[in-house]
Amino acid sequence: MKTVIKGAGYILAHTPDMVLHNGTTQTTERIVNPESEYLKELPSHLRDWNTVLGYWPNQVYIGNKTPDDLAAIPQPWCDKTCDVNDRFGPYGQMMPQEEFLLMMQAVDVFSLVKLEKSFVETYKPVLAQNPLIDESILNRIVEGIDGAEIARLVAEEHSEGLYHNNVLVGCVNRAHDIDVNLSAHVMHENMVSKASSVLALLAALKNAGIDKNDVEYVVDCCEEACGDMNQRGGGNFAKAAAEIAGLNNATGSDVRGFCAGPAHALIDAASLVAAGTFKTVVVTAGGCTAKLGMNGKDHVKKGLPIMEDMIGGFCIVLTQDDGVSPEINLNIVGRHTVGTGSAPQAVISSLVTESLDRNGLKITDIDKYSPEMQNPDITKPAGAGDVPLANYKMIAALAVKRGEIGRADIASFADKYGLTGWAPTQGHIPSGVPAIGYLCDKIKAGEMNRAMIIGKGSLFLGRMTNLFDGASFVIQANSGPEAPAGVSEDEVKKMIAKAMREFAATLLAAEE
Amino acid sequence: MAILAGKKVIIIGDRDGIPGPAIEECAKSAGAEVVFSSTECFV
Repeated sequence: MKTVIKGAGYILAHTPDMVLHNGTTQTTERIVNPESEYLKELPSHLRDWNTVLGYWPNQVYIGNKTPDDLAAIPQPWCDKTCDVNDRFGPYGQMMPQEEFLLMMQAVDVFSLVKLEKSFVETYKPVLAQNPLIDESILNRIVEGIDGAEIARLVAEEHSEGLYHNNVLVGCVNRAHDIDVNLSAHVMHENMVSKASSVLALLAALKNAGIDKNDVEYVVDCCEEACGDMNQRGGGNFAKAAAEIAGLNNATGSDVRGFCAGPAHALIDAASLVAAGTFKTVVVTAGGCTAKLGMNGKDHVKKGLPIMEDMIGGFCIVLTQDDGVSPEINLNIVGRHTVGTGSAPQAVISSLVTESLDRNGLKITDIDKYSPEMQNPDITKPAGAGDVPLANYKMIAALAVKRGEIGRADIASFADKYGLTGWAPTQGHIPSGVPAIGYLCDKIKAGEMNRAMIIGKGSLFLGRMTNLFDGASFVIQANSGPEAPAGVSEDEVKKMIAKAMREFAATLLAAEE
Repeated sequence: MAILAGKKVIIIGDRDGIPGPAIEECAKSAGAEVVFSSTECFV
């Protein structure tokens, strides 16, 4: 049975105040160097809502612009304004901070998120206008509380403040007095992940045009952990988000693998559908507060705006074959194994060429590669270079070594087989998956046949192994109806008739 | 080769570039003593 990609959802939430209060670059700086110039300078580098709406990479992320459009715009992009500044796009939407804070309360089922009374009164009607938000979500937002009580909770009860335009408008309370895994900090981080995952889920289901009740299984692949002191990563974000999104027939589970999580989750989900275990499986992930402003020091030092101010989210809907949608080819799955090692050539071979070789394909038989799609506008000023381009150079080098392209073709390989990065540096969010919406559109339009999604994960950051990880799979044009399995009744009759004729012939021969 | 012979080296590899262990092997083969090696993720 084939698995097809029925739809995708991509969302961004603009959270400039969380850059200041929750990004680890900033929280660390406040501990080690509280009077630093960086912390003083930082607020003046934050972008306003209109600026993020007109930021080219953001418009690509929600689908109003394509990666091809972006590639035609000279870098840097942060000093240019996109000619589209709509917050809604074909893949999803950008959500302003005020709406996102209400979403955080809507996804909270333990009354941990408190918002100030006038804030709720002002912005709840605004959220009600959002086409993805229905009564079931709006009704979860409770009347706000007094601002003085919020200030007390932050000052005396270790609550994590929620700010809007640098004003305290709410807080996330701790869920336990001493359990660090249920601290206000962790609850805040997890609530942000859950809220952005729910929004991505809603966007993807709308785009896929399927009934919520058709979803049987949800896989979450973010990089957070939810649990208590007795089971730190107990889970499960997937089912928690499914509950809020109204997926009453679904259960789910979490898949983790650092930035490679989405690639692993999509291979798992596609296999569940292909095996017939479930008919419809969605893979979802919310974003990460810790990485907000991650490269902020370099951006501020160079007089640039803080571009890591967006929480990302994505969701992919997989179903059984519909005869039209692009399919995931589970025969072309790449994986970095324990024995692969860390030599760049071995890494790229394991993720790209090993699976192609098994299927008699060359590197150039794939129309587009989507490895790590980090926005170079963010990474280049920070000294991390153009990450997608670095990956394309390595794939190209391997293609030269294999004699599939000439040495002179390395320079043009990225243009021909690659995409310009546009995704926010939110770890798992840019890892291969941002291109799925665009690639499916291209495949459905007949402009492309095959694309490879590559996810890479830095397992060594968890200090449990020194190993790197990665996984890849191929999306391809729908290959049409599958040949029915087994043998038809007519064929059985013909086979029996043939066998009887042959038997009769042997009897006649024996008589002669 | 000679520039690393007998030298102590600190290696910081890049997840999307050349990982630490790969640089480590090169440095060792050039006669260096690797005192620290790690791979970092810069994104």
